[in-house]
Amino acid sequence: MDSRELYQEMILEHNKKPRNFGVIAEANRHAEGHNPVCGDHITLHLHLEGEQIQGVSFEGHSCAICKASASMMTTQVKGKTVAEAETLIQEFRDMVTGKLDTKTQPHHLGRLTVLAGVSDLPSRVKCAVLPWHTLHSAFVAQETASTEKEF
Amino acid sequence: MSNALHISEKALPDGLDVDRVRADFPILQRSIHGKPLVYLDNAASSQMPQPVIDRLVHYQTHEHANVHRGVHTLSQLATTEYENARHKVMDFLGAADEREIIFVRGATEGINLVMHGYGRAFLKEGDEIILSAMEHHANIVPWQMLRDEKKVVLRIIPMDDTGELLLDEYEKLFNARTKLVAITHVSNALGTINPVREMIATARQHGVPVLLDGAQAAPHIPVNVQDLDCDFYVFSSHKLCGPTGVGILYGKAALLEKMQPYQGGGDMILNVTFERTTYNEIPYKFEAGTPAIAAGIGLGSAIDYITGIGLERIAAHEHALLSYATEAVQNIKGLRIIGTARHKAAVLSFTLDDIHPHDIGTILDHQGIAVRAGHHCAQPVMQRFGVAATARASFAFYNTLEEVDALVAGIHTVQKVFA
Repeated sequence: MDSRELYQEMILEHNKKPRNFGVIAEANRHAEGHNPVCGDHITLHLHLEGEQIQGVSFEGHSCAICKASASMMTTQVKGKTVAEAETLIQEFRDMVTGKLDTKTQPHHLGRLTVLAGVSDLPSRVKCAVLPWHTLHSAFVAQETASTEKEF
Repeated sequence: MSNALHISEKALPDGLDVDRVRADFPILQRSIHGKPLVYLDNAASSQMPQPVIDRLVHYQTHEHANVHRGVHTLSQLATTEYENARHKVMDFLGAADEREIIFVRGATEGINLVMHGYGRAFLKEGDEIILSAMEHHANIVPWQMLRDEKKVVLRIIPMDDTGELLLDEYEKLFNARTKLVAITHVSNALGTINPVREMIATARQHGVPVLLDGAQAAPHIPVNVQDLDCDFYVFSSHKLCGPTGVGILYGKAALLEKMQPYQGGGDMILNVTFERTTYNEIPYKFEAGTPAIAAGIGLGSAIDYITGIGLERIAAHEHALLSYATEAVQNIKGLRIIGTARHKAAVLSFTLDDIHPHDIGTILDHQGIAVRAGHHCAQPVMQRFGVAATARASFAFYNTLEEVDALVAGIHTVQKVFA
């Protein structure tokens, strides 16, 4: 794989200017995600109204893959229901672990397929998945998410 | 780059025939992502030369049986070869007695053995252990376990912004309750070569034993434990061109004899009844169960290989690589070297703009360049320098100036991707 295939323009752009980066005042759920291997550390803030995701933001220090994944995730799940977001979480995990071929199989990932190249890099799968783990943690109101769990 | 090319045309003044050395390492001939492998992750694990690979194959093909047990020919042969390896380690470390060389799984287990055999046996609540601010987790966590169990106190030698320990502060840490000093000989994250001779002398004045973590030192600089007068010394085979799964704890016989065994089992006993067990003599007292026999013999072979080249020459070559690399990367805008001690082993830890080291590592890998990215199992060091992680290039005697050039070009590519 060439570096440009992984670090596509959209990923670099989200890394440079992450969307929904910071704290939202209305947030009523919070979760922390930590990857002890590389030191990625993000905090997710979620504003849930019933089953509806009204707002979501994140902050922290992480590599470009993790930050772009988090940034794109927030834009995708905003306005969706928890159930819809959980479907995305599952599909995203399946994509980056090579279980879902987004070119031939149906999915709802949209632009997130730009991160499909991560599946060729086992050492970076955790970076891409961390925000999604953390989102799931926020839904089930766990305090922290760790990439050391199964995905 | 023109400057770099000019310098690289010059031969290094160390008398090491790198081309010949490289021909001994089959893995260095392979490519990664279609590019020639540039292996700069030697501080994590070094590569194995053909003679060591051959030795492992020969052992398994012709010599294998369990050691210290059978009267049959193969068992005796395996035992002889295994004990020969112990003898080679003794010579390599300049130890006086084979009984002072204990085979363990690696440096980490060596430290854990001392924690258990010495720390658990002799330290009491309120006793103090001196560690340094640049320790690998392997030389922190065992002592924290002892702290939690025995309520001992850990005192930490601080370091300055270059990554040198503050020796004045070190001296002030000693008091009547100080029972052990456990410090690294060479820092894995910073490359700092600590003035251990001086530091051991200080400890000696207070009658305190010293454990040196030699995982990053033994493969790169000559070590003589009697000359240093250290009480314990640990290192790992796999950082020294040997196999994984074996390492060495050197300990002074007088200390080892009074320490409690680490694990119970076969080989570490003289006599067992259900009422009581008599422990074996050192070193066997600390070697329960069937050891990694092939790996131990492989370590002996690796030591032959390393000493055949000569650690003085190895150190000179690696120092030349480090000087060249340090100068080359200093011209890269946005690059910050973490660890600029006056005396350094060939470790180049750095950060680059606000690019995360994991991204640096991945993009370099795409160019065939293997470096470590992360906290290097030394999170307190990262905290001290205010970074979450660094990228680390670490050199071995089989690396070349051209590979340093490839690293520099690779770093420029990283910057271009993130421009």
